[in-house]
Amino acid sequence: MAESIQGPLVKLVDLHKEFRTKQGTLHAVDGVSLHINQGETLGLVGESGCGKSTTGRLLVRLLDATSGQVFFRGTDVQSLNRTELKKFARKAQIVFQDPYSSLDPRMSVAEIIGEALLVHKLYTKGKALRQKVESLMDYAGIASRLINSYPHELDGGRRQRVGIARALALEPEFLVLDEPVSALDVSIQAQILNLFEELQDELQLTYLFIAHDLSVVKHISDRIAVMYMGQIVELGDADEVIHNPLHPYTEALVSAIPRITRSTEHHRIILEGDVPSPVNPPSICRFYGRCPVRQDRCRRPVELLEVEPNHYVRCVLRETA
Amino acid sequence: MAVRLRNATTGESLPVPPTIGTGRKQRTRFDETWRQFRKNKWAMSGMVLLIFLAFVAIGADFVAPEGLDDQQLGRRFLAPSAEAILGTDHLGRDILSRIIHGSRLSLSIGFITTSIGLVIGGGLGAIAGYYGGSRDQFIMRIMDVILAIPGFIFAVALVTALGPNLTNLMIAVGVNSIPYFARIIRSSVMSVKENEYIEAARALGCSHTWIILRHVIPNAFAPILVQATLRIGDTIIIAAGLSFLGLGAQPPLPEWGAMLSGGRQYLRDAWWMATFPGVAIMFTVLAFNLVGDGLRDALDPRLKN
Repeated sequence: MAESIQGPLVKLVDLHKEFRTKQGTLHAVDGVSLHINQGETLGLVGESGCGKSTTGRLLVRLLDATSGQVFFRGTDVQSLNRTELKKFARKAQIVFQDPYSSLDPRMSVAEIIGEALLVHKLYTKGKALRQKVESLMDYAGIASRLINSYPHELDGGRRQRVGIARALALEPEFLVLDEPVSALDVSIQAQILNLFEELQDELQLTYLFIAHDLSVVKHISDRIAVMYMGQIVELGDADEVIHNPLHPYTEALVSAIPRITRSTEHHRIILEGDVPSPVNPPSICRFYGRCPVRQDRCRRPVELLEVEPNHYVRCVLRETA
Repeated sequence: MAVRLRNATTGESLPVPPTIGTGRKQRTRFDETWRQFRKNKWAMSGMVLLIFLAFVAIGADFVAPEGLDDQQLGRRFLAPSAEAILGTDHLGRDILSRIIHGSRLSLSIGFITTSIGLVIGGGLGAIAGYYGGSRDQFIMRIMDVILAIPGFIFAVALVTALGPNLTNLMIAVGVNSIPYFARIIRSSVMSVKENEYIEAARALGCSHTWIILRHVIPNAFAPILVQATLRIGDTIIIAAGLSFLGLGAQPPLPEWGAMLSGGRQYLRDAWWMATFPGVAIMFTVLAFNLVGDGLRDALDPRLKN
């Protein structure tokens, strides 16, 4: 697997995921292409239902794509068979949003964290396994005396740490973090975010960090991708996206980040209306119906274009600029 | 071992409260259920009755004053008295002794038939619920067909075809139980598999079989246990009914339904012959239903207080 160290660790090429519903075809992910470099954190931001979690699940092959490819170190994840998929589990893991439903209530902390090691036959039940579990708990910042506890005995933050320790058990190099702090108290969120940064430094991890607001990802991400209705609408370096948003949707998200200023310049952009249904969307700019600066020429399909170096945006108004 | 719970801003280590998870005083789900169950007087009395029945059944040879077929034609149709507490039948056999020996039959019929339904129905239901799609359709439509035939008539037909004896009776009643378990386990599995820990297990590379056995079934267990307990009561009644019709236990076996049937023709002169086996059936089924209802209440988290 060492052949493509130079290229990006993860590469998505024109990824589509459709779900059949009674109303029609739901385009959850509609032509997403992006890459994640080794060692970086890509923040993926968007409101609920925009397809960001679906993208995360496609990446670790919890879902099968309708079309398009997910390359991990040059190997197409979507084409892996059952045995290859099991091997792939040792490279890419996922941390879930809800620390209550993501841990099996019938298993102790030791069983939850050690399960993958047993399934992959890296350890057998015994002292060595227990020591390995304790060291994983140490990595994730859980006191080792909680090893025999059950999830319901732990608070949200500790449960999420157990979920992180479980994801680290197979020593992956890539983690999908699917809104890992949205369900936690704000005071705990910072602790868990710090933990992710520490782990990234120590274990050279690469993250796809999924979140629904920019304030969570702006510090941890190297680059940020903004998603709207299954499409990437803006992609660029974190600072660029935050301080120089080019898409009106990103501007609205940026304006929603809480700030401690009395500046009169700062005005919150309130988007009107709801997200339109992703079932059979019209082939015009997806943001047209809610866009505060829409024009007649926006009523056509829009491409994601590099309008500034390494700063991509999908907006008609930026095409001529 | 360094515990890295740090204050987010200052970086200081945070103390871990010493009360959680010290391993000694763990309140498991079992403790919690038992605590709820104990509060329920009806369920507890059903439980006591079941334990009593189990002891009687196991120790029948020691508890019963006489054997199951000790005929003494000199004391036919004795009314309940000091000599024979529940009276004697048309062949002079002690009815109490026969009921005690019969408890073995009824309880084993209940357990064996329910186990047949639980294992086969449970397996099919788990597959249908976990995989969904065409496998689900195929399995559940077959279950619908079985359910469409009235249970008792289905069992009568099956026993008549296979020949009337206890083994065939248990097969018939067991097959009849399969769809009940398949349905309840299917729906329970379908709700369990929506949990993120199932996805997490898949992401970790666990096989479907491993996930069903290690994650899905343990978490879908509560409704299964309730259904099994209630179902034992039902199968005892169906089995007694079949034996009453002569399709189950054959003479001289003291199956309660068969005893009821044998006493029926003497009902006018010797009411005790049919009454006491009937009472035994009633209390046994009642006990299972009380325990089943109690378990359901104790396991239902919405009723917790």
